[in-house]
Amino acid sequence: MGSKTPLYDAHVKAGAKMVDFHGWDMPLNYGSQIEEHHAVRRDCGVFDVSHMTIVDVEGPQAQAFLRYLLANDVAKLKTEGKAQYTSMLNENGGVIDDLIVYHFSETSYRMVVNSATRDRDLAWIEKIAANFDVTTKERDDMGMLALQGPNAAEKIQQVLSAEQYAEIDGMKPFVGKQVGDYFIATTGYTGEKGYEIVVPAEQLVNLWDALLAANVAPCGLGARDTLRLEAGMNLYGQDMDENITPLEANMGWSVAFEPADRDFIGRKALEALKEKGHDKLVGLVMETKGVLRHGQKVTVEGGEGVITSGTFSPTLGFSVAMARVPATVGETAEVEMRKKQVPVKVVKPSFVRNGQSVL
Amino acid sequence: MSNIPADLKYASTHEWVRDEGDGTFTVGITEHAQDLLGDMVFVELPDVGDKVETGDDIAVAESVKAASDIYAPISGEIVAVNEDLEDAPETVNNDPYGDGWLFKIKADDSGELSNLLDADAYEASIDED
Repeated sequence: MGSKTPLYDAHVKAGAKMVDFHGWDMPLNYGSQIEEHHAVRRDCGVFDVSHMTIVDVEGPQAQAFLRYLLANDVAKLKTEGKAQYTSMLNENGGVIDDLIVYHFSETSYRMVVNSATRDRDLAWIEKIAANFDVTTKERDDMGMLALQGPNAAEKIQQVLSAEQYAEIDGMKPFVGKQVGDYFIATTGYTGEKGYEIVVPAEQLVNLWDALLAANVAPCGLGARDTLRLEAGMNLYGQDMDENITPLEANMGWSVAFEPADRDFIGRKALEALKEKGHDKLVGLVMETKGVLRHGQKVTVEGGEGVITSGTFSPTLGFSVAMARVPATVGETAEVEMRKKQVPVKVVKPSFVRNGQSVL
Repeated sequence: MSNIPADLKYASTHEWVRDEGDGTFTVGITEHAQDLLGDMVFVELPDVGDKVETGDDIAVAESVKAASDIYAPISGEIVAVNEDLEDAPETVNNDPYGDGWLFKIKADDSGELSNLLDADAYEASIDED
């Protein structure tokens, strides 16, 4: 038996096919993952992401601690609630986890990290935190929902009071705000507008029921994967891991090398790798029949690479993938599929944004 | 519990076979198989006129999750394929024993049917999985 979120019974009631996801019993779909995918692109869907790990960091040295722990620079965050995509690296520059950090003040931050890496993350955070005047606290008293899609604002308005909604009305992307018992952030993993809502565990079922009553589609891990892949967002353990640096995973933009005097874990390794050159993560598009899959071999100009994530794109109607390949890659590549070499286009690893193709 | 109609025959590789009574046999994949595969996105079918042998991989059902070979449950000639699946592969999910059929085979030897599983035996085989 895996761990259960407070919504387990609600998922079963909604007809979910439950699967094991890194020790958690989570919904794969509630019938059709393609219909759930379309609901998020065209209207609004809700995901239970309570399996994700929330860690609050407080103390006089909270900023100094995170500037050392994380590859992006939290000192860039100036306004209350501002969020940043970042990663924790090991000394070799390999990604221990990718995460979002919220800045409340220079002495108070919140991190949301992956569930699959929870134990290792917490051990690493504690180990590094021991050298700083900070306290870290896992918020397992909280659950989390992701409300995503073009109509997310309209839907959230239906489940909040007028005063609560006024607090978040017009909130810019990538910002979080405490609204009563809820922490509401304009973040997500789908490439659509929407919210991630941190909720006290005992209130989660009520919020879920209210959203379903507002005709929001319950969505499972299947749709979550096709949505994030269309949006060109990485999945930890698949597109990167401890042996892959952010530079090889299209995450270079989330590493702050400036200011040059900020030391962070993994910095020296990344600087050496930059000097030496490295593979890169690209997007692949195949408009003919078939589906690109994780693990397939890719032949490009100057060498060979591998598909890290591949799927059928429900929005585009054909297959897309992310692949790690030598930097010499040109505009086309060949993928070995079912013993045949199939030509594919090489693009930036981003395929769909706000319901539209960006190819 | 998966729907396994009693009037069909089954292969352990999850194809079903319906005797049309005129020497031809309609083939599809079972509800259990479509449920394992998830949303279907492409179905590659054989050509009408193809001669097939029992156990040949002659079609591919590709879902969001995986590509799965479909095997000829009996030997014979392909006499029809379900062209509607080209535009609506999800029919395999929605109606696996009806409009989601894949192809029809004119059997070389109808007696081959006795090598296939009946509903109870198929059910027992998937319970072991």
